[in-house]
Amino acid sequence: MLNLALKMLLGDKAKYIMLISGLTFAALLMTEQAAIFCGIMQWCGSTLDNVGAPIWVVDPMVEQVNDTEAMRDTDVGRVRSVEGVAWAAPLYQGNLRTHMRDGSFKFVQLIGIDATTFAGAPRDIIQGRLDDLRLPNTVILDEYGSKKLSHDPAKPIGLGETFEINDREARVVGICKTRMSFSGNPYLFTTYDQAVQYAPSTRKMLSCVLAGAAPGQDPAQVARRINQATGLKAYTKNEFFWLSIWWYIKNTGIPVAFGATVVLGFVVGLAISSQTFYSFVLENLRNLGALKAMGASDGILARMIMLQTFTVGLIGYGCGVGLATVFGLIVLKKGMPPFFLPWQLPLITLAAILFICWLAASLGIRKIRNLEPAIVFRG
Amino acid sequence: MNEIAVQTSSVCKGFGEGEARTEVLKEVNFEARMGELLMLVGPSGCGKTTLLSVIAGTLGVDRGEVDVFNSSLHALGKRAVTQFRAANIGFIFQQYNLIPTLDCVENVSVPLRIQGQKAAVADKKAAAMLETVGLGKRMHHRPNMLSGGQQQRVAIARALVHDPRLIICDEPTAALDSENGTKVMELLRGVAARPDRCVIVVTHDNRIFKYADRMTHMEDGRIDHTDTKENNALEHN
Ligand SMILES: Nc1ncnc2c1ncn2[C@@H]1O[C@H](COP(=O)(O)OP(=O)(O)OP(=O)(O)O)[C@@H](O)[C@H]1O
Ligand SMILES: [Mg+2]
Repeated sequence: MLNLALKMLLGDKAKYIMLISGLTFAALLMTEQAAIFCGIMQWCGSTLDNVGAPIWVVDPMVEQVNDTEAMRDTDVGRVRSVEGVAWAAPLYQGNLRTHMRDGSFKFVQLIGIDATTFAGAPRDIIQGRLDDLRLPNTVILDEYGSKKLSHDPAKPIGLGETFEINDREARVVGICKTRMSFSGNPYLFTTYDQAVQYAPSTRKMLSCVLAGAAPGQDPAQVARRINQATGLKAYTKNEFFWLSIWWYIKNTGIPVAFGATVVLGFVVGLAISSQTFYSFVLENLRNLGALKAMGASDGILARMIMLQTFTVGLIGYGCGVGLATVFGLIVLKKGMPPFFLPWQLPLITLAAILFICWLAASLGIRKIRNLEPAIVFRG
Repeated sequence: MNEIAVQTSSVCKGFGEGEARTEVLKEVNFEARMGELLMLVGPSGCGKTTLLSVIAGTLGVDRGEVDVFNSSLHALGKRAVTQFRAANIGFIFQQYNLIPTLDCVENVSVPLRIQGQKAAVADKKAAAMLETVGLGKRMHHRPNMLSGGQQQRVAIARALVHDPRLIICDEPTAALDSENGTKVMELLRGVAARPDRCVIVVTHDNRIFKYADRMTHMEDGRIDHTDTKENNALEHN
């Protein structure tokens, strides 16, 4: 009986394709919207990825990574002296304006890293050398910035080109890959001492202290110890990431607005696929009624419907998530819009699709159960 | 006289509630015997289909008793009735009710598969039955590629494939022209009618009356009278 159920399903190609495309669309919509949402959320914490460090120490009042409060230079030493800390290094970050040779100007996210340890240096340098950063007035620009700062995007800024930040010259000695920031400003790396020169001078310049735990030490515990010993606030990278994400969720409308489209994607997907399924069952009612008259039990019919819905559901899910992945690969090449597909997401979509299948199947099964097999005698 | 196959006593069945309620079967006492082809005739709306559904166990009764091969359908649970149907009854409908997305062999094999037989075995028996009804060359056609008469022959094959003891037909020739109607009835007489089997045919079609062993007349929810060969009311040629 069960392989007849599949034949009944596949027999009507047009209807079958419509069912599959309904579910494919639903799965695509859910996955893709959610992935864009995750991508945006990831942008909020991009600095944490671009500047790699296991522990971040900031002023206790700081609420998120993109908005830090200046600390004293001596705080670096205080952090370094805490037990379990292997190393500690200063970090400057700020949004500054660059002036190009042609008179145009753009904002960049300036990152100043410790010149001796290079802690927090960009990991993926595609042109030039990190060591050249020790030369005076040098910077490493990210790939996105090399296009954005150039007046002609077809001719990105290359090694050796110069521009000005606050009337000081900056010479590009490297191009690196980074993750896009939430503000859309390109990342510009230089040494901490150089960054302090570029930035408008204020009493305190240290944005945060990067630190690493000694081998065998748990970064989370070391962070707790830094809190107690210094009165500063230390987070592991992960903690700081989630703190920042929550800040954006609570303080800006963006995650909520995007979250709404994710929910919408789910609702629309749910509606489309339950609707297509249900009409499939309704159209089949006469056939199922004939089977029931001929002595097929409710149990067999229920299993047939389940098999049909879950077959369509899983195929539609596969196509949908496949398409979302292809979409993601294309989008990731272009860098816009943000796209991040954590492994949990396809599972959540799968659960949603299975739920839809279950819903449609049980509606259909209820219909069958209440079906008078005598209907098949009527014309 | 042959053994009784189907017997109903004082069966009542109505539809609807309150004002809208109509009593369709009013104390119906009906009887069909082994080895006969019994026709059930009567004006439209008199309750023939309803009685047929009751006998088949696809419709419950309000009152009265329905005995088919000494099983009391009115006393059995839904599940048991369904099982009983699968094992003992073959159906032929006016609208054929073949499943459009399955080919002839698959359609015919359905009753066997419902009984849990293996697909290969079921298909083999179904193919043999299609040969018997003269559709050996149409095994893998879909129903919509066949004429009405051919579709009804597929339906006959489906009704017979699991060798049921009772065959129930509701207006099997109503959708067919007279030539095809005759063919279908010849087939029913030739293949279906056997001493160990009972065939009940509901019909309006007086062209096929001659195939009946007995003819029971219904009138407004009651059995009016039954013509038999013995009382010469039936004319055979
Ligand atoms: N499920 C139902 N709900 C309500 N009324 C019904 C139902 N089934 C049958 N009836 C009514 O019962 C009466 C008898 O119907 P039935 O189909 O048994 O007649 P019939 O003798 O088979 O007629 P026909 O020759 O036109 O097929 C009709 O008036 C019909 O409207
Ligand atoms: Mg009728």
